[in-house]
Amino acid sequence: MSELALTVNGHAFATEAPVGMSLAQLLREKLGLTGTKIACNEGHCGACTVQIDGVPTLSCITLVHTVQGEVTTIEGLRDHPLIDAFVRTDAVQCGFCTPGQVVSAAALVTARPSPTVDDIRHQMAGNICRCGTYPRIEEAILTWRD
Amino acid sequence: MARLIRTEKEVEGRFEEVWLVVEEDPLEQWPAGPLAVVGRDAVRVDARERDRGEARYTADIQLPSMLHTAVLRSPYAHARVKRIDLAPALALPGVHGALGPEEAKGLVREAGYVGHAVAAVAADTFGQARRAVKAIDVDWEKLEVVLDPEEAVARGQLTIPSEPYERGDFERALASADAVVEGTYRTSVVLHNSLETHQAVCEWVGDTLNVYISTQYIWGIRDGVAQELGIPADKVRVVCEYMGGGFGSKNSPDEYTFVAAELAKRTGRPVRCALTRREENMAAGNRNLTIQKLTVGALRDGTIVALGGEFVNGVGFSGWSAMTEGPMQMLYACENVRTVRHGAKINTPPMKAFRAPGFVEGTFGLECLVDELAAKLNLDPLELRRKNYAGTNNGKQFSSKNLMECYERAEKHWERRHEVRARSTDTWKHGVGMASQIWFGGGGPPSYAWTRVTSDGRITVVTAMQDIGTGTRTVMAQIAAEELGVPLDRVEVALGDTARGPYATLSAGSSTTPSVGPAVRAAAADAKRQILEIAAQRYHIEAGVLDIKDGIVCSADGNVSTPLETLLEILENAQILGTGGRGPNPTGMTVLTFGVQVVEVAVDVETGEVRV
Repeated sequence: MSELALTVNGHAFATEAPVGMSLAQLLREKLGLTGTKIACNEGHCGACTVQIDGVPTLSCITLVHTVQGEVTTIEGLRDHPLIDAFVRTDAVQCGFCTPGQVVSAAALVTARPSPTVDDIRHQMAGNICRCGTYPRIEEAILTWRD
Repeated sequence: MARLIRTEKEVEGRFEEVWLVVEEDPLEQWPAGPLAVVGRDAVRVDARERDRGEARYTADIQLPSMLHTAVLRSPYAHARVKRIDLAPALALPGVHGALGPEEAKGLVREAGYVGHAVAAVAADTFGQARRAVKAIDVDWEKLEVVLDPEEAVARGQLTIPSEPYERGDFERALASADAVVEGTYRTSVVLHNSLETHQAVCEWVGDTLNVYISTQYIWGIRDGVAQELGIPADKVRVVCEYMGGGFGSKNSPDEYTFVAAELAKRTGRPVRCALTRREENMAAGNRNLTIQKLTVGALRDGTIVALGGEFVNGVGFSGWSAMTEGPMQMLYACENVRTVRHGAKINTPPMKAFRAPGFVEGTFGLECLVDELAAKLNLDPLELRRKNYAGTNNGKQFSSKNLMECYERAEKHWERRHEVRARSTDTWKHGVGMASQIWFGGGGPPSYAWTRVTSDGRITVVTAMQDIGTGTRTVMAQIAAEELGVPLDRVEVALGDTARGPYATLSAGSSTTPSVGPAVRAAAADAKRQILEIAAQRYHIEAGVLDIKDGIVCSADGNVSTPLETLLEILENAQILGTGGRGPNPTGMTVLTFGVQVVEVAVDVETGEVRV
């Protein structure tokens, strides 16, 4: 076990974790923030995406002791207008990838409030949706301020 | 009055006769087209909790003192465990229990494919369990491997006896044909890869086993686990509130559930057993490969007179052999059909149902064959399909069939083929293709639902089904709202718990909505009947002239017009409870679904890149 200080969604946490624990594991198992999903656990699918200082980061392959900066998870983005956009455009089926999609999209619209389709496809390329809701995700992000 | 009947039940193309209790007065079918709520766009009722990361999936279940499991899987396609020593694993820190071959269903001594489970370890963390699995000492005896499905068939190595079928006289009809096309069509293995891997958390509370599991069929898990453990089915409670995809692969309990249940029993602690992504790709099932040797004979005008096929399903080491010959038997009017299907047992991971198992593969082969016939006869492929339209299923009426309308709607897309083809360049070839679609999907009994109407005029539908991600909750809420005459936002749906609702069918075979939907409607109608009886007594009016529309209880003459919650508020904490069940399908009819798909495809003939 090794001590750890982490800021998540604006709250400071002092905790401890074994060296080698991933950020995703800590969020889910120690902090109970299960909105962040683990689907592949090897950095391929994007379901575990969180933001570190606003940058989308794969939390399943990020060692928690290496994290410097503020972590934002889906729990910190629950009132983001993108949620309404995802609901309105029905950009969800099973929903297991969706929190990761929203976290990635939120970083995009912060950097580019009016993203083009190309911007969206580039930014979202790391988030896999097995159910195939991609066209709706694209629509949700294109119309997020409507 | 309850009536006991014998009826046919179909799941994924497999039929069985079941006993069923039905009510005498079935509801009349709703007219086609959008109604007040049903048939109209609606916001998915559970979209927000899924989008916000609030929905609790099996992967999110964390119970106090829960242990994690890692599974030892065979590195060989066919091998026997000669000797296994779990002691080095049990000696490691954090380890609380281990199981060897045959200590739980699904842990085998003779592995039939790479990834077949043979042992499992439960530890405080998954990392500890994984380290412990690596410490297990195994002596393997490698056995002969058969990977070629045709070789397996030649050897008689089958998962079930081959299934022959013939109607009419195939040979004679083929001899009389003006044109004959033969071809071999192959389809490859496809993986489901649900984002939430197969997993279960098992917890014993007294003599009851709670199973939290990512599944398409909570009742199937309940029965399968109870049977294996030799305990009454109602001592197994199965919960699946949200599921991260299934695609057909999550219909049965499988080794991870039995391992978790057994380790939970031995350790006295809740145990999670979850497949890793790699295990999911190895051992969670797949759409099997097929080899289809097909023949069609037709007259000059395109009338198909003979259809024949030898179908090999490369089932893998286990799994069932799906009805790959189904489309050939049922899609076209043809009096002379001969098919045989072999389920080849080979040393590859097991087949599991995957979106219309057998029919997807069989339709691919058949529709390619029909296209080749059209080319040979110089006929329009769409016209050829219409010409051979099946008005009956070999003499049996269809409950409904609108395939001709599908062909009509496909016309304008199909007509673009000349224009699209003209866009081809030296390297990029463009073309339009079409295919018919055929599958089961009518659903059937049994399935049940309850409705609960509270004095504030809100409705809860309770039915122990699961929502695989197709919008089941929304559909059931819409059906209840429609029948009760209330806005959609008045309805909640509680599902996913065998101990908290009546039986409902599995989320598979395109059968969930047509199976459970009518049960929900019947339960809503039952509640509505009671509400109108209450209104009739309160307003001294015949119940027959009353109705509920958009949440208002109203009479035909307009004298009564009261919001539902106003009528019911005198009830305070009393509730109106409705029950409903799915009635039988029409007897002597074939229930199938049909469609047509037209696709534009471009292929770079130099690089092989394909764009759809």
